[in-house]
Amino acid sequence: MASESTEVAHGAAEAGHAAAEHYVGMPQLNFDWYANQIFWLAVTLVIIYLILSRVALPRIASVLAERHSAIANDLERAEALKQKAVEAEEAYNKALADARAEAGQIVAAAKQDIQKDLDVAISHADAEIAAKTVESEGRIGDIRNSAMQAVEEVALATATAIVRKLMPSIDDKKAVSAAVKARMKGVN
Amino acid sequence: MAAEASPFNIHPMDQFVIKPLFGNGDILWYTPTNATLWMGIAVVAVVVLLVLGTRGRAIIPSRSQSIAEEIYSFVRKMTEDIAGKEGLKYFPYIMTLFMFIVLANVLGLIPMSFTTTSHIAVTATMAMAVFVTVTIIGFWKNGMKFLSLFWISSAPLVLRPILAIIEIISYFVRPVSHSIRLAGNMMAGHAVIKVFAGFAGALGIGAVAPIVAIMAVYGLELLVTVIQAYVFTILTVVYLNDALHPAH
Repeated sequence: MASESTEVAHGAAEAGHAAAEHYVGMPQLNFDWYANQIFWLAVTLVIIYLILSRVALPRIASVLAERHSAIANDLERAEALKQKAVEAEEAYNKALADARAEAGQIVAAAKQDIQKDLDVAISHADAEIAAKTVESEGRIGDIRNSAMQAVEEVALATATAIVRKLMPSIDDKKAVSAAVKARMKGVN
Repeated sequence: MAAEASPFNIHPMDQFVIKPLFGNGDILWYTPTNATLWMGIAVVAVVVLLVLGTRGRAIIPSRSQSIAEEIYSFVRKMTEDIAGKEGLKYFPYIMTLFMFIVLANVLGLIPMSFTTTSHIAVTATMAMAVFVTVTIIGFWKNGMKFLSLFWISSAPLVLRPILAIIEIISYFVRPVSHSIRLAGNMMAGHAVIKVFAGFAGALGIGAVAPIVAIMAVYGLELLVTVIQAYVFTILTVVYLNDALHPAH
């Protein structure tokens, strides 16, 4: 690469020495090369400009715009779906509330029915219980009466026996009976 | 090269020499040279990056398409942020400049390649093109009001003529700094790498330090190539904004 640069470089000629294998000074200041560089630079820039303005930039711009609108569309759709979801939730809540109210009514009706049945049953049971109570009381009264009678008899017999043993002279059944009866009244 | 006496036969500027691609003749204005070749490779790179990379036109981009879209959005956003909606009309031109410079810079980092943007002839042509275009746009869009760019109405009246002179000088210095900044950065970085490479050659086997230095500078250069392309482009947009909206 170094050997080639010798013949090429005008700068080498300017530097003009035997050791001019290498460029002396700044190649940037060799004005002989300016026209060439400027020409090719102009060509390059025009080509790049044409590539960019005809192909690359419109394409990238359209891709970006497309993406932008796609995202906007998606957002819009998401918004619509969200709206739908809100409506669905409202409908659901309404249905739930309706169902609750209906259930409340059904429960109240059922309660009334049950209460009615219950009242009937209770009054039935009360009546039965009252009847049973009356019957039982009658039986208890009977039992007590018979028991009292038995007690009176036992007391009379006992008292008669006692009186006969202690005072054989007095054997007045009627008096003893009267005395026992009088006593029993106090007990009763 | 081995024939030379000095152990340090380092010639960092040789890489910038323009050579014809075919034969050894004179370099005429139309002669295809190594500069032509590497500008052509830059064009091919543009096609690969921005045309082949986007051929899928996918809603969900492939990797290459994302790169193309990123570059596009980056330059477009920069243009719109700085020069406003009116500036977007000139976006294809800005994009052309950016793509050429960034690719020429990065391609120049390939070993044995030629860096077209390391030449003042190239950068100055672009800077002058920007300068002339922007000045024409300024007068065309704003007429004589474009001169208000130099007449700073917010400054005290006494200072205005002085400031106007400074503004005019700085306006005409723009293409100089604009072009030399890019070419100088490219040239300096490549020359530094070449110098270290020369040290490495002279030291032979034990050339660890120069090679490490080359690696470090190479990484730095990669950064600089992209940053300089960005700087050139953003300055172009700033000048364009001055032309479109001259009032301070």
